Amino acid sequence: MKKFATLFGAALLAGTALYAVKAQAADELTITSWGGAYQESQRNAFFKPFIDAGNKITEAEYNGEIAKIRAMVEAKAVTWDVVDVDTQTVLAGCAEGTFETIDWAKLGLDRAKFIGGDVTDCAVPNILYSTVAAYDTTKTEAPASLFEALFDTTKYPGKRALQKSPFVNLEWALMADGVAPADVYKVLGTDEGVDRAFKKLDSIKKDVVWWESGAQGPQLLADGQVVFATSWNGRFYNAIKTDKKPFKIIWDFQAPDWDWWAIPKGTPKIEEAYRFITFASDPQRMADQTKWISYGPANKDAAPKIDPAILPDLPSAPDNLKTVFYPDPQFWGDKGDELRERFNAWLAQ
Amino acid sequence: MATAQAVPADGVMRAADGTPLKTALARAERRERLKALGLVLPLFAFIVLSFVVPILVMLYNSVYDPDVAENMPQTVQALQSWDGRELPPEEVFAAFVADLQEAQKNKQAALIGKRLNYEISGIRSKVTTTARKVGALAEGPYRDAVIAIDKVWGDIDTWATIKRSSSDWTPFYILSMLDLRQGPDGSIEHMPADRSIYKDILVRTLGISLLVTAMTLVLGYPVAYMLATSPQKTASILMIFVLLPFWTSLLVRTTAWMILMQDGGVFTQMLNFSGITFLMNMLGVIDGEPQLFKTRFATVVAMTHIQLPFTLLPIYSVMKTISPNYMRAAKSLGGTPFYSFLRVYMPQTLPGVAAGCLLTFILCLGYYITPALVGGPTDQMISGFIERAINSENNWGKASALGVILLTATLILYYVYNKLVGIDRMKLG
Repeated sequence: MKKFATLFGAALLAGTALYAVKAQAADELTITSWGGAYQESQRNAFFKPFIDAGNKITEAEYNGEIAKIRAMVEAKAVTWDVVDVDTQTVLAGCAEGTFETIDWAKLGLDRAKFIGGDVTDCAVPNILYSTVAAYDTTKTEAPASLFEALFDTTKYPGKRALQKSPFVNLEWALMADGVAPADVYKVLGTDEGVDRAFKKLDSIKKDVVWWESGAQGPQLLADGQVVFATSWNGRFYNAIKTDKKPFKIIWDFQAPDWDWWAIPKGTPKIEEAYRFITFASDPQRMADQTKWISYGPANKDAAPKIDPAILPDLPSAPDNLKTVFYPDPQFWGDKGDELRERFNAWLAQ
Repeated sequence: MATAQAVPADGVMRAADGTPLKTALARAERRERLKALGLVLPLFAFIVLSFVVPILVMLYNSVYDPDVAENMPQTVQALQSWDGRELPPEEVFAAFVADLQEAQKNKQAALIGKRLNYEISGIRSKVTTTARKVGALAEGPYRDAVIAIDKVWGDIDTWATIKRSSSDWTPFYILSMLDLRQGPDGSIEHMPADRSIYKDILVRTLGISLLVTAMTLVLGYPVAYMLATSPQKTASILMIFVLLPFWTSLLVRTTAWMILMQDGGVFTQMLNFSGITFLMNMLGVIDGEPQLFKTRFATVVAMTHIQLPFTLLPIYSVMKTISPNYMRAAKSLGGTPFYSFLRVYMPQTLPGVAAGCLLTFILCLGYYITPALVGGPTDQMISGFIERAINSENNWGKASALGVILLTATLILYYVYNKLVGIDRMKLG
C-alpha cells in the first residue's frame, strides 16, 4: 500500500506537471463557480454564449474556500482566471491583495448601474442571493418562524441541515437566543457574544447534518434525512421548479448577500478575464440567467428585462422582505478567519 | 598441470590478459553493480522525488515560519534590545508604524495578522484595522496614538509574542498539535479549552484504527482458516467473495455504505422489520429509530469492511504454508482439537497475523474519505484535519505539524511492534 501511495504521489506529480504545461499552452479561460444549479444557470446564460462567440472556457467548481484562491496567489501559480465569490471573500481577499483591482473603464461598464458596485474595488457584482431555510410540505408542518424551525427540537424532532460554516449560522443562533437583529454584530464582536452563539448552537449540535456544497441542502431534504435544510434560495427554487419537489422556502430572516466576479491576482489571462466579465454583465444576459435560477441581477438595467413570473421568487420581492437580516460582509471580511477556525474546533469537540 | 591458474613466480594471480586477477574481478564486479544500480535508479529517483522530498518539506514547513520576520523587519530589529519588563519604547512603536504602513501598501497586513492570530486569538482583525488607520499618523509620538487605535498594543504580552515569533523557526505548530503553547514569557502552557482539540483527535485516530484492526482480525481469522483448509474448488469460490470487494474502488464501497446506512435506509428498515429496533427501544438503548448515518458506528463498520482483505490475505497465505501434519501429530499425541489448535496451529500463524494487523492499522491511521462521508464531525481522523488546514484555513504550518505527529506516531508504533513481535518474523506469504 505504501507502494501504491508512492505511485499515486508520482502520478499526481506527473499529472500536475502535464497540467501546468497544458494550461500554459492553451488559451482557455478557467472560470470557477459554486457548482450545481447555480453554475448550470451561468453556463446557460454566460458560458455557452461566450464559447459561441469564439472563446474557450474551462469550468471549475469550489465551495467558496478562500484558502484555495490564497494558496494559488501566494504560490504564484494562478490557474483560476475568474472566480465567483461571495462578499466576505471579496473583502478579505481585497485587503490582502488576493484579487486584482478592477478597472471599470477597461470593462466599459458604468459602476453606478451596479447594485453594490461601490462596496469593493476588487470585484464586479453579479447577482443577489439569499441564505434561507426550507422544508418539505408533505412531511413537515409550516413553522411559525425560522428560529422555531431551526432550534425547536421538541416541536420539530429530527435533523437539520446547516452549512458547515459559521457564516449566518452564528447570527441566527444569537437572534434565536434573543439578541435584537440590530445588535447582532455588536454582540458577536465580543468573546462573550461568540461564546453565547456557540452555546446556542450546542443545543442543536447533535441534530445537525452539516453540508458543504450548495446542492447538498435540497438533496438531504429530498431524501428525507432532515426536517429543515438551509441553502441558497436559488437551489431550493431549482428543486421546486425543475425537480418538482414539494418544498417551501422560509423567507423569515433570510440573509441576502451578493455574488461577485473577481480576478485572482497574477493570472496570465487578465485580458480574457476582463472580456468575460464585460460579456457576463450585459443586462440582457443577466436577465436571461433568471430563467434558470431565482437570483436577482446586480445590473440595474437588467431589472426591466426580467420575466415578471420569477419576481415573487427573488429575495428582493416585497413579500420575502418582511423580516430580513442583512449580514455584515465587512465584519466577516475582518473576522471570518478567526471564527472559521473556532467553528472548526467547535465541530471537532 | 601447467595452466593459467597456476601461481606464477611473483605470487600474483593474473587473468588471461595479464592484469592481476583481483583488479580484474573488482572491475567486473563494479560493472555488475553499476548495471544493477542503473536498473534500480528510476525507482530510487522516483521514491526520493515523490516520498523523501515531500516528507522533508513537510518537516521543514512544520517549524519554518518567516512571516513576522519578513513583514515586520523594523519592528523585529527594534525589539531586539527590549527587555520585556515594561511597554516597549517609542522607537519600537515608530518602527511598528513604519512596518504597518509598508505592509498596508503591499497588502501584507492581513498576513501578519493571520500569523499573530494563531497565538493571540482575535488579533487578526485588530492588526488589519490598525494597519488601515496608521496611514493617518504622519509623525510621532506614535506610542499613545497606536495604543489609542487599539488597546491590544498597550499590552506587554502582545509585544512579547511578536518578539518571540520574530525568529524564522518556531515550535508553535508542533506544540499546538499537542494542545500546548508558549506563554508570553516563553514557558509552555495548556491551550484554552475551546481551542484544544488535537490530543483528542490523535487518541480518536489511534482508537478507531485499533478497533478496526481488532474487528478485521476477529472476522478475518476464521475466514482465512476456512479458505486455507477447504478443498481447492470450494476455496477458490470463497476467495472470489474476498477478492471482489477488494478490487472495488474504496470510494464506491464507501458510497454504498452511505446509501445502506442513511436514515430510513436499508439498514434501518432491516432493524425495524426484524424487531431489533423495538427490542432496543424496550431496553432503553435507543429512543425512536436507530441513527446510523454520520456516527462512529457507521465509520467503524465501513472501515472494517474495506480493511478486511488487508488483514485476511496475509494470514491466509501464511496458513497455506502450514502443513496439516502438525495438527495430526498434535492430535495423535493426545491433544484435544481446541488445545492443538491453540498451542500448535495458532502460534504458526502469528507472523501472518502480525503482518495483516500492522498493514491494516497503519492504513487506518491515514483514513480520510470514509470518515468524511459516513462519519459525523466528531468521527473525523487526523487526515481530515490536514485537509481542512490546507483547503479551508490555508495553514500549511498546521497541516505539516499534523503530518509530523501522524508520522511520529506511526514510527513509534512500528518500533514498539518491532520490539514486541519482531519485524523479521512478519510474513506476507
